[in-house]
Amino acid sequence: MNWAGLYTVLSGVNRHSTAIGRIWLSVIFIFRIMVLVVAAESVWGDEKSAFTCNTQQPGCNSVCYDHFFPISHIRLWALQLILVTTPALLVAMHVAYQQHQEKKLLVLTGHADAKHMEEVKKHKMRISGSLWWTYVCSVVFRLLFEAVFMYIFYMLYPGYQMMRLVKCEAYPCPNTVDCFISRPTEKTIFTVFMLVTSSICIVLNMAELIYLVVRACARRSHHNSNPSSGKGSFYGHKHSSEYKQNEINQLLTEQDGSLKDMLRRNSGLQEKGDRCSAC
Amino acid sequence: MDWGTLQKVLGGVNKQSTSIGKIWLTVLFIFRIMILVVAAESVWGDEQQDFVCNTLQPGCKNVCYDHFFPISHIRLWALQLIFVSTPALLVAMHVAYRRHEKKRQFRHGEKIDIEELKKEKFHIRGPLWWTYASSLFFRIIFEAVFMYVFYYMYDGYQMPRLMKCSAWPCPNIVDCFVSRPTEKTTFTIFMLAVSGICIVLNLAELCYLVLKACMKEPRKTT
Repeated sequence: MNWAGLYTVLSGVNRHSTAIGRIWLSVIFIFRIMVLVVAAESVWGDEKSAFTCNTQQPGCNSVCYDHFFPISHIRLWALQLILVTTPALLVAMHVAYQQHQEKKLLVLTGHADAKHMEEVKKHKMRISGSLWWTYVCSVVFRLLFEAVFMYIFYMLYPGYQMMRLVKCEAYPCPNTVDCFISRPTEKTIFTVFMLVTSSICIVLNMAELIYLVVRACARRSHHNSNPSSGKGSFYGHKHSSEYKQNEINQLLTEQDGSLKDMLRRNSGLQEKGDRCSAC
Repeated sequence: MDWGTLQKVLGGVNKQSTSIGKIWLTVLFIFRIMILVVAAESVWGDEQQDFVCNTLQPGCKNVCYDHFFPISHIRLWALQLIFVSTPALLVAMHVAYRRHEKKRQFRHGEKIDIEELKKEKFHIRGPLWWTYASSLFFRIIFEAVFMYVFYYMYDGYQMPRLMKCSAWPCPNIVDCFVSRPTEKTTFTIFMLAVSGICIVLNLAELCYLVLKACMKEPRKTT
C-alpha cells in the first residue's frame, strides 16, 4: 500500500464528489503528494547524515538532532496527507451502503439481472439526505485535520523557517555546541510551498462546505414553496427507510411499476405524476 | 503518486489535444521526465555528499552548500514539470464537464451509448477553445518563469568547478569543489534546450489555434 494505492482508492470517491471536491482531490495528489514524493523526500533524505555538530563528542550529534527534530517534516506531511484524505472514505462507505440497499431493492422487486446491477454501480449518487450529512462531516474533518497539522508544524518548528545553525547543549555535548542543518534554504522553500498548498486546500474545503449548505437551503426553500413537486430528494432520503418501504409496497401492488421509475426516484430526479408518500 | 501516475492522468488529456499538443506531451514525457528520472537524478544524487570544502571547520560545508545551492536543479525541474503539465488538467476538467452536460441532455431523450460518449473527441471550439488557449498560455508562462529562475539563481547555466565561500562559520575564504560539474552543465543545457523546444511547440500550437479560429470566422460571416 503506497501513495499510488491511495490514489486508486480515492479515485473511486471522485465520481460522487462535487466539482470543488474534485479540484481539491487534484490539488492534493498533484501539488502535495506528488511534490512530496518526487521532490521533498530527496531534500530531507540526508537530514540526519548531513546534520553536523562542531564537536567530536560521540552521541552529541544524535542527541541534538533528536532535540531539534522530534518528528521530521516529511513524516508529518505524510501523516497529514493520509489523515486529510481518509474522511473521503466515509463518503465512499456510505455510497457503497446506499448502492447495496438499491441492489437489495432490485432483488426484492425481481429486477436483479446483471444489466440493472451494473446500472446501480455506475450511476452517480446525488448528495442529499443522509449522504449530505456524511459528506459535510467528511469536509469538516478534513478542515480540522489540516488546521491541527498546521498548528503542530507551527508549534514544533516556529515560524516555518529552517535555521542554518542551531545551538545545542543537551547531554553528552560538553558545552553549547554549534550544529548545522543541511539544505536549510531548500527546506524552507518546500515548507512554505506545502504550507501554501495546505491553505489552498483549506480554502477549497470551506468553499465546498458553503456550497453544500447553500445548495441544501436552496433545495429546502424550493421544496417548501413547491411541496407537490415530488422530487423527494431531500425529504425522500430523510425518511429513507419508510420511503423505501412505501416504495416496495407500491411496487408490490402496482402491476407496471418500472425499475427506472424507482431508481430515478431514489436518486431524486423529477418525474411527472410521482406519488411520494414520504414527502 | 509519482511520474507514472501523472502520465496516466495526462494520457487522457492527449485524446482532446491537437497534433502539436500530442507532440508536446511526448516530448515532455520522454525527453524531460524520463531523462530526469533515469539520468539527471543520479548525476545530482551525491551533490551534497561530494561537495568538498578545503577546511575541517564543522558546518562550513553545509553553510557553503546552502549558500550556493538554495534549491537544487533536480527539485526545480520537478516543480517546473509539475507546473507545466498541470494546465492540461484544466482542459480535462472542461471536457469532463461537457460530457456531463451532454449526458444530462440525453437523459430524458433517446438512449445513447455511454461508452461512445466517453471516447468521443470534442472539437476545440467555443468555451473549450478559450480553456485550451489559456492552458497553453499558462504553460508558456510557467516555462519562461522557471527558465528565468534558473538563470537568476545560478548566474547563467554553467556549473562552476570551484566556488569561493566565506560564510560563517568558515574561518576565511574557503575553496569548495562541486561534484561532476561538466556532467551537470551538460544536463542543464540539455534540459534547457528541451524546455526551449517545448516553448516553441506551445507557441506554434497557440498560433495554430488562433489561425484556425480566425479562418472559421470569415467562413461564418460569408
